[in-house]
Amino acid sequence: MRLDGGAIATLACLLGGAALLAIFNLAIAAGSALHVPSFVVSIVGKYLCYAILALAVDLVWGYAGILTLGHAAFFALGGYAMGMYLMREIGARGVYANPTLPDFMVFIGWNKLPWYWYGSEHFLFALILVVLVPGILAFVFGWFAFRSRVSGVYLSIITQALTYALMLAFFRNDMGFGGNNGMTDFKDIIGFPLDKETTSVGLMLATAVILSLAYLLARATTRSRFGKVLIAVRDAEPRTRFLGYRPESYKLVVWTLSAVIAGIGGALYVPQVGIINPSEFAPANSIEAVIWVAVGGRGTLSGAILGAVLVNLGKTWLTSALPDVWLFAIGGLFILVTLFLPRGLIGLFSGRGSTTAERGRQSAASEAVMREAAE
Amino acid sequence: MAEPTLLYLDGVTVSFDGFKALDALSLVLEPGEMRAVIGPNGAGKTTMMDVITGKTRPEEGHVVFGSDIDLRKLDEPAIARLGIGRKFQRPTVFEPLSVRDNLLLALAGDRGPRFALWARETAHERMRIDDLLETIRLTDERDRRAANLSHGQKQWLEIGMLLAQDPKLLLVDEPVAGMTDAETEATAELLRKINQKSSIVVVEHDMAFVRALGVKVTVLHEGKVLAEGSIDTIQNNPRVVEVYLGR
Repeated sequence: MRLDGGAIATLACLLGGAALLAIFNLAIAAGSALHVPSFVVSIVGKYLCYAILALAVDLVWGYAGILTLGHAAFFALGGYAMGMYLMREIGARGVYANPTLPDFMVFIGWNKLPWYWYGSEHFLFALILVVLVPGILAFVFGWFAFRSRVSGVYLSIITQALTYALMLAFFRNDMGFGGNNGMTDFKDIIGFPLDKETTSVGLMLATAVILSLAYLLARATTRSRFGKVLIAVRDAEPRTRFLGYRPESYKLVVWTLSAVIAGIGGALYVPQVGIINPSEFAPANSIEAVIWVAVGGRGTLSGAILGAVLVNLGKTWLTSALPDVWLFAIGGLFILVTLFLPRGLIGLFSGRGSTTAERGRQSAASEAVMREAAE
Repeated sequence: MAEPTLLYLDGVTVSFDGFKALDALSLVLEPGEMRAVIGPNGAGKTTMMDVITGKTRPEEGHVVFGSDIDLRKLDEPAIARLGIGRKFQRPTVFEPLSVRDNLLLALAGDRGPRFALWARETAHERMRIDDLLETIRLTDERDRRAANLSHGQKQWLEIGMLLAQDPKLLLVDEPVAGMTDAETEATAELLRKINQKSSIVVVEHDMAFVRALGVKVTVLHEGKVLAEGSIDTIQNNPRVVEVYLGR
């Protein structure tokens, strides 16, 4: 696959920015004005996880026209899969010093590990779960939804219902995932203590690398013939059927791929924020992810990344400076972007092709005027 | 049946909320034939196309393609893969894609997502696209986004997409609606050229265009065949005159 200027710039920003941050955190003494404090490193790591989620949302919404209002569910499931491993890593260092059972299970009086926790002490097994759990759920959900030709706002509503149902389920203590407290107090990840600076830097760098890989994967997918069919399905689904394509199978593939990417984002998120609880399934989270994509530029992959980082930067600042204003601000932002920046912030940067459709209309109009003048 | 037929509709009935859009419609199309279908609004022309392409399932009757393929049991993509192409009244092309990508997606071949993920454009495909571009007179517009084409050019692009499917049967819904006289003439010529390889059913309101095609005409009225024959016999048929001009 050949990389164009935009892709190289995106990758350079991501990887170069992350590397610079790491150097200014680790190599420069804490007293210096150039030193980047560790909390900044972990916040950036968090933003990059959100960017992975945004990329996943953009794949289905921007390219296949599936407006998902439940993608945070896949993010949270990936997070829970990683959280299970991190819980088991605590081992006997927990409050109850139980070598196998996580604290919350001891607390609710369980004395045996439930079967679905088997194997969770292995990191590799956790990675498999991170991919499989969101992937299989998305596949089953998509198989039923797309085959029944559920689309548009109805599909959006059932994705919202999906994440809401999962939130209610994970709130229950007897689900065995820590109820409303979720999982926390993690100690280390594959032997690296989570409270050390080098570990946070390592996680942030790993997130930047995985985000870059996800970006390249999404880019290759959307530029392939598969991606062209997706765009065709997005804009003229009945036409693709009469050409012999089955839109449902294309949607199913991209939907499942997107859920897996979202799950990986969630798995990277949990060790960096140190907690996973059912509020990650809250419908508002999924809606926020859609807003990030809209702000950055729907249907442009670098736009999704940019939107996730910028909106969350704004959220971090605003929720500490003016906490009551945040919800109004994000709502207003969404309305403004929809009205005045339909192609998002990326549309501002890339003047070329930014308003191709518009210019097409203009040139068609001017052609008509010229034809009239000639006559 | 002794006679080989390409398409055989017999006693096809479709009703919507008690209204019979098609009422025991029967129609036989020979291989290689071009047929014009005319009729007033609501006569069932579009419903007939919906039935053939699998969009609508008839309550009664037979729909047979070739010697023994029962189209009632297949859905749209399966029927399209048999080689039945359909052109809609309003040109529907994939607007954000380039003209040549529109043709590429339409080219006959594997339609599965697994194939499409890894597909590379072959030399054969490139050649086919170049040929098609020439046929539909869009060679100079090959890299333009389809959204930026004129109305007539979009119609041609869509016809090109149908050709790319290598169809055995083409269903064309009002191809010259909104076209200039010159474009209409060129379209008639294009359809005749396509007819050398594929059978065609054209639904059209424009009588001058139907006359220019010079083919057998079927008149639909209230979901039934009212008359069938050459354009001259049709225009002299008192019942057709009555339906078109009112009593």
